[in-house]
Amino acid sequence: MSFLLSCPHCGPRPVDEFRFQGEVTRRPGPDASLRELTDYVYFRDNVAGVQREWWYHRTGCKVWFVAERDTRTNEVLRTEIPSPAGAAAPR
Amino acid sequence: MRLRSQPGERIDRSHPIQFTYAGKELTGFAGDTVGSALFAAGRRVFSRSFKYHRPRGLLCCSGRCPNCMMTVDGVPNVRVCVELLRPGVDVRDQNVLGSADRDLLGVVDKVGGPFTPVGFYYRTMIRPRRAWPLYEKVLRNLAGLGRIGDTRNGHGRFDTVHRRVDVLVIGGGPAGRAAAAAVDGDVLLVDDRVGHDAPYDVLAPATALGIYEGGLVPVAAGNVLYRIRAGRIVVATGALEQLLLFSGNDLVGVMLPDGVRRMVDEWAVKPGDRAVLVGEGAVGVKLQLARAGVEIAAASLRPESLSAHGRRGRLTSVLLDGERVDCDLLVVSGGLQPAYSLLAQAGARIEYEPRRGIFVPTELPDGVAVVGAAAGGIDQTPVAAVLDGRGDKCFVCICEDVTTKDVKRALAEGFDSIELAKRYTTVTMGPCQGKLCQLAATRLLARETDTDESAIGTTTARPPWTPVELGLLAGRHHEPAKRTPLHSRHETLGAEMIWTGQWRRAFQYGDPAAEVRAVHESLGLIDVSTLGKVLVEGPGAPALLDRLYPNRFSDLKPGRIRYGVVTSDGGRIMDDGTVARLGDELFYVTTTSTGSEGVVEWFEWWNAIWGYDAEIVNVTGALAAMNLAGPRAREALAPLTGADLANESFRYLDAKEIAVAGVPCLALRIGFVGELGYELHCPAADAGVVWDALVAAGATPFGLEAQRVLRLEKGHVIVGQDTDSESNLVSARMQWTIKDDKPDFVGKGAVPHLQVRERLVGFTADVLPPEGAQVVREGRIAGRVTSARVSERVGRVIGLAWVEPEIAEEGATIAIRVDGAMRDAAVTLAAFYDPEGTLLRS
Repeated sequence: MSFLLSCPHCGPRPVDEFRFQGEVTRRPGPDASLRELTDYVYFRDNVAGVQREWWYHRTGCKVWFVAERDTRTNEVLRTEIPSPAGAAAPR
Repeated sequence: MRLRSQPGERIDRSHPIQFTYAGKELTGFAGDTVGSALFAAGRRVFSRSFKYHRPRGLLCCSGRCPNCMMTVDGVPNVRVCVELLRPGVDVRDQNVLGSADRDLLGVVDKVGGPFTPVGFYYRTMIRPRRAWPLYEKVLRNLAGLGRIGDTRNGHGRFDTVHRRVDVLVIGGGPAGRAAAAAVDGDVLLVDDRVGHDAPYDVLAPATALGIYEGGLVPVAAGNVLYRIRAGRIVVATGALEQLLLFSGNDLVGVMLPDGVRRMVDEWAVKPGDRAVLVGEGAVGVKLQLARAGVEIAAASLRPESLSAHGRRGRLTSVLLDGERVDCDLLVVSGGLQPAYSLLAQAGARIEYEPRRGIFVPTELPDGVAVVGAAAGGIDQTPVAAVLDGRGDKCFVCICEDVTTKDVKRALAEGFDSIELAKRYTTVTMGPCQGKLCQLAATRLLARETDTDESAIGTTTARPPWTPVELGLLAGRHHEPAKRTPLHSRHETLGAEMIWTGQWRRAFQYGDPAAEVRAVHESLGLIDVSTLGKVLVEGPGAPALLDRLYPNRFSDLKPGRIRYGVVTSDGGRIMDDGTVARLGDELFYVTTTSTGSEGVVEWFEWWNAIWGYDAEIVNVTGALAAMNLAGPRAREALAPLTGADLANESFRYLDAKEIAVAGVPCLALRIGFVGELGYELHCPAADAGVVWDALVAAGATPFGLEAQRVLRLEKGHVIVGQDTDSESNLVSARMQWTIKDDKPDFVGKGAVPHLQVRERLVGFTADVLPPEGAQVVREGRIAGRVTSARVSERVGRVIGLAWVEPEIAEEGATIAIRVDGAMRDAAVTLAAFYDPEGTLLRS
């Protein structure tokens, strides 16, 4: 894995500067059933295609941002610092 | 043994260079390679082959074949034909029992044939099963090439250099140079031979190892690995001369045309006395041979049959179209094959072109171009897959000693695709990575299966393109160490320093038991600068912390401290520490020593989702911290500060800003070690002043070991030591930190579902169990010990253990396996020492 990822602050940087935090998930409310909770904590869609995911510029400016990446080609379609309201929303 | 001065020769005859081969002193010239100097000194056998230990000599002279691999200055598998000669270099044979000339293992070639067919180790050595360890030992000894020597002193230091260019040209031939010269702007040319003067940047001698995604090209240049990120890549890797397939095609004296050319033109050595030329490409070296005074005994462009014959592995004659010709040099050419591997790695399609009998790259990915011979700019006619002729072995792959017979056998056994045949016979898997055998293997499979080459295809091209030392890929040995501002104090005191994560910490100062006693009876001082320290500030800070922790902090009064555990949304314990409220909108959070970075990332992630108006600042490195603990803490600290330390004005779990020895400190009255204590946080630069003043006031420095005993006496948990990724707040008996009436916090959803398969309890015993010892109940494992120490104060062994809930009762007897024997221990739920916490509050 050696693709470039565009940090919203720093521009295109090698991917090893970043920490990957997995796909953007939908966090269930506090009254979630055990099944909903288990789905959220343990299961991921793992799509073969475009995925919204969290990245952290660990050795750079330390910003959390969301990237849209094609998991088949590692092409990063766009990156953005999500507005808080939209961040937790699913794809 | 040198020729007269040749036009354009690379050697400098005025600069002789001494070196040793197998202990003998030899001389070469500056500009020689180790291989050319050895050849000039009369050496013909350079190595023994991988499996049959057949003698092998110079073949390609361009670093592409395995024939010249020797051990140079202790480094195995150096291709000496391209390794520049350095003064005093020590060259040795490898993969031999004896010497390259007389290798006892050569017997494998004579008698091993019927016993060592391809894949023999899968079949013949499986019975009797008992004997496998013996077989394995023998095989391990025989397998592989070279020996890795003592590398403690290293083969030099390896480094990595990162570089960015707009255009990277790989290959310094005419096509590559023209491509580089045509670029207007930032261009770098990588050349695996000596460099040349040019108006553009040249990196040489250096080899591109592969093309990775994002235009990343690792380039090996001596002991430096360049990681080059290129906007555009131009591949100009040229074409590779191919060997012909005929009996005896590996004999010493068989050479490729380019090898002959280099030998005469660059190093002025005579490659042989009497030569036979076979193939279109071979005829081209007539000029060199004439200049070198080599007699040309015969030449054939496209012979029907050919076999080479020799004595002791060295060529003596050939049978060319039925006619015997004596010779000691056979120049053969199986045509050229574009060097497409880097392009294939980048994603190009590789197609067979029957008209010229080569594989050519097509459908190049974006940002990658190919020029010159690598693109297929070659004019030639295809050659036969195998030339008829009887006699010696006929090798498809000289790296791994795979013969045509082996490939036929693999086919007969059903391994009929090139990828299967590769895995079974290991053809194309040797050091040359298919440079000499890929095309030959495809042709042979096509002929044997009655299909054509495009149906057979090629094996997947993978990096690295040339063999590379592992050290180069690993880069320089790099183990970052974090030292606290008080590190020199610990060293002066003769502390034993240990690693805790990346931190260096004082483990003990000579007598941990005495250090424990000092804290209990008088006064101790420990450096806790390694604690993670985080400021959370802003109008949203109270609400943010309430949502990050199961505990509540919005109702914490300024100047007060509360313990907090960080959990995941699955309810698992991640980290712990204290939270001090310094103002309405300012909190000072501490984390475990190893957890600070992870906790800060975790906090920031959640706030990126929630968007509270709060800043999270990691001040771990900016601040030092030390814990002054013991019954004398107050009286020792009082003279150093103007602050009122009376128990009523500076209570347990108070946080105050006070000056100590003139240094502004944040003093937290907390007690991980169970005695009256003040944790002093101060600017890192001033830490020594505070430390020295406290030591002068009578505090005994204590280390990590004493702290572990002291905290265990209090039953205080170390996250990561006593908890693991399965532990939750209920099973760890810390449910009191959960404030479930909050509308939301990370892990709230999991609270109703938290399962308690085990509980964390204290125990006392008479024998010290190791950490990880099993708790056994009714003959099965029912838990494990996480911490155990001998406590002088308690007068027994104390510890923490996870046990099944049924036996997690005060006073219950549990059995712990120690050295194979069952030892009784008694469960204790309260702290072993001062369970009411009177001392902390005193």
